[in-house]
Amino acid sequence: MRANAFSQVFISLGKVTILIKQIFHWFTRTRFSWVDTINQMIEVGVKSLPVTALTSLFTGMVLALQSGYATRNIFNEPIYIGTVVALSLIKELGPVLTAVVVVGRVGAAFTAEIGTMKVTEQIDALYTLGTNPVKYLVIPRLLACLVMMPILAVFSDFIGIFGGYFISVTKLAITPGQYWNDIFDFLVVKDFLHGLIKSLFFAGIIALVSCYKGLECSGGAQGVGKSTTSAVVTSIVLILVSDYFLSNLLMAVGL
Amino acid sequence: MIKIIDLHKFFGEKAVLQGVNLEIYDGETITIIGGSGCGKTVFLKHLIGLLRTEKGKIYVDEVDITKLTDEKLHEVQKRFGYLFQGGALFDSMNIGENVAFGLKNYNFPQEEIKKRVEFYLSHVGLPGIENLSPAELSGGMKKRVALARAIAYDPKYILYDEPTTGLDPVTTETISDLILYLQTTLKITSVVVTHDIKTACKVSNRIAMLHEGKIVETGTPGQILNSENPIVRQFITGKIEEVSTSKGESVNA
Repeated sequence: MRANAFSQVFISLGKVTILIKQIFHWFTRTRFSWVDTINQMIEVGVKSLPVTALTSLFTGMVLALQSGYATRNIFNEPIYIGTVVALSLIKELGPVLTAVVVVGRVGAAFTAEIGTMKVTEQIDALYTLGTNPVKYLVIPRLLACLVMMPILAVFSDFIGIFGGYFISVTKLAITPGQYWNDIFDFLVVKDFLHGLIKSLFFAGIIALVSCYKGLECSGGAQGVGKSTTSAVVTSIVLILVSDYFLSNLLMAVGL
Repeated sequence: MIKIIDLHKFFGEKAVLQGVNLEIYDGETITIIGGSGCGKTVFLKHLIGLLRTEKGKIYVDEVDITKLTDEKLHEVQKRFGYLFQGGALFDSMNIGENVAFGLKNYNFPQEEIKKRVEFYLSHVGLPGIENLSPAELSGGMKKRVALARAIAYDPKYILYDEPTTGLDPVTTETISDLILYLQTTLKITSVVVTHDIKTACKVSNRIAMLHEGKIVETGTPGQILNSENPIVRQFITGKIEEVSTSKGESVNA
């Protein structure tokens, strides 16, 4: 049983590698639909914005609150709140939280939609009508994630920083000038790059895992449910684990 | 012409097809009959490359499609129309877009696409439903739309997967008439997979019986109905009687 589960991991890795190869193949050799890609961008980016904004707003607020009280206990006054909020959001929480929200909202929908198409033979129908499903379904979704996730992460950073600003000024009695100085004194452009590279990487994980799980789906409605759950869990685990290694790698190269 | 030589298919350790040999001639309608789960749909999907074989060859117009790359297979697939068991209409599109889908992929001009969508929907008895969604149609209507979609780009071969299963007798008759019309009038080569012997006899020039992963008998509808083969007789009459398996065992089938 353990050997089966172990070999299953390698089989899945092999299939994902084949999927990546097919993506490159179809991306470079044929036309794909920009209309579909833009529709997916709206789905991934525009429609995810409210829930991402809400999540990052409260994350920024709670970061300010916690760091404010912690530094007040140690130093008798809340210091470097802007720095803590901005750096945490831009380098870590912005990309990670955005990715988790997008997994739940968009990744699950990708798997459910493609999985339903698979079990109702619509994927087979695409082949018989002269379309490759990787070209038609996977590439627009992957492109949409790669373009929109970094943009969402930047929005998320700014909204979180404003959440922190609101709490700093109203509850921690920090002056607006002090809050912004704490941010701009320590923040550099490469901190943004650090977060953006992570966002791009997470976008790839979400699109690949979700589409792969959908294309490999079998077993009717129950199979679609299982694939969707598996896609969400796998994506979140991969995002959180790869975040640590990516952070190490990016810091090692000076970002 | 399609020629199948020693076709095998395994799912894990289970052998579904165990050496199928069959020739499908241009212009004919051949029906593959057999019990549920005997591998009829698996066989059909091999003909268009939706499933790849582990062993055996399939020649479509003298090209072995089992060795083709995806891109070259696409070129061969253009010659085929495929009617799926459940219709497999795209939920995200309306009926008109569904029927137009293959036409757009095969680069038909826009005006021609519009004309063909109208023509083939009328042809299957469903004129003016272009703007409906698949969810608004009954099972029989979905199959007729799927048939319009499959024939709209003038394929040389049409593969029908259980075209009449789950339909009422009137709709079954309508679908059978359409299959017959396509063969007699448009001379399209058709492969029908069904366990409905009545439909098989009505639409076919030849019938082949698939049992335990092999073709056990091929003949005209008359020859099949009068077959002495106990497996064929048992399938046609639906009676439980003693038949021999390929391993020489005697079982109550």
